[in-house]
Amino acid sequence: MSKLTLKIEGERYVVVTRRFAAPPALVYRAHVDPVVIQKWMLGPAGWSMPVCICEAKPKGRIRYEWSNGQGGGFFLTGEFLELVPPRRIVHVERMHLPDATPDNRIETRFEPDGEGTLMTMRMTLPDLETRTRMLSTGMEHGMEASYVRLEGIL
Amino acid sequence: MIDLSDAFAALSDPTRRAILARLALGEVTVKELAEPFDMSQPAISKHLKVLEGAGLIARRIDGSSRPCRLAKEGVEAVDQWLAMMRKALDANFERLDVLLAEMQPQSAKRRRRP
Repeated sequence: MSKLTLKIEGERYVVVTRRFAAPPALVYRAHVDPVVIQKWMLGPAGWSMPVCICEAKPKGRIRYEWSNGQGGGFFLTGEFLELVPPRRIVHVERMHLPDATPDNRIETRFEPDGEGTLMTMRMTLPDLETRTRMLSTGMEHGMEASYVRLEGIL
Repeated sequence: MIDLSDAFAALSDPTRRAILARLALGEVTVKELAEPFDMSQPAISKHLKVLEGAGLIARRIDGSSRPCRLAKEGVEAVDQWLAMMRKALDANFERLDVLLAEMQPQSAKRRRRP
């Protein structure tokens, strides 16, 4: 059983939830501490993140660069809008493939769930077309956060 | 060859998703589809055209009607892609699970595993 849920809402939203067996403060830290981020936000096996800039303050910069170790890679840039440790992060990000994708605004919430944490990421894309493109380009770039739930559809 | 952009664009409409859900139960004609959806046959036909263009459904000719069914190849392509995305995300979060366990103070870990 997967702990992850992915669904699309309306025309512009993508919502991901995941439970963790650690308190919100730790899960929050794993999303703002570059040393920790570099250890897990890697996507498929074989990829690494040689550059991780994450300035966890309002207007702070985000820059993640991924490499597949064989000359392939891409990067993401963004800015933090709001940080409420250990409960809430709001930031915008865009992928550079190498052209920049439209901004994806992401609100990440960390709620206590028993002794663990329920994390909810709510992504807001500018429009349906952008979301469709984000969902359909993920295949070449397996790192891209891209989500649809087909259960109940097909 | 399935174009995933077309497939996801086709899936972005709730009526088309409902049509696919209905087709998952078996082959139907436009007339049979139009009834439960309370839509005109031309409106349904328009949606079917999009689904067909995206490779998600296939149609055959049976006298004057053109029954449609799910196209295995298209549905599998979407399915496969979703499985891959889930896998990449799952891999991230599973790595995070291990890190979180390492980051926790020993006392907290003991409490968690009585």
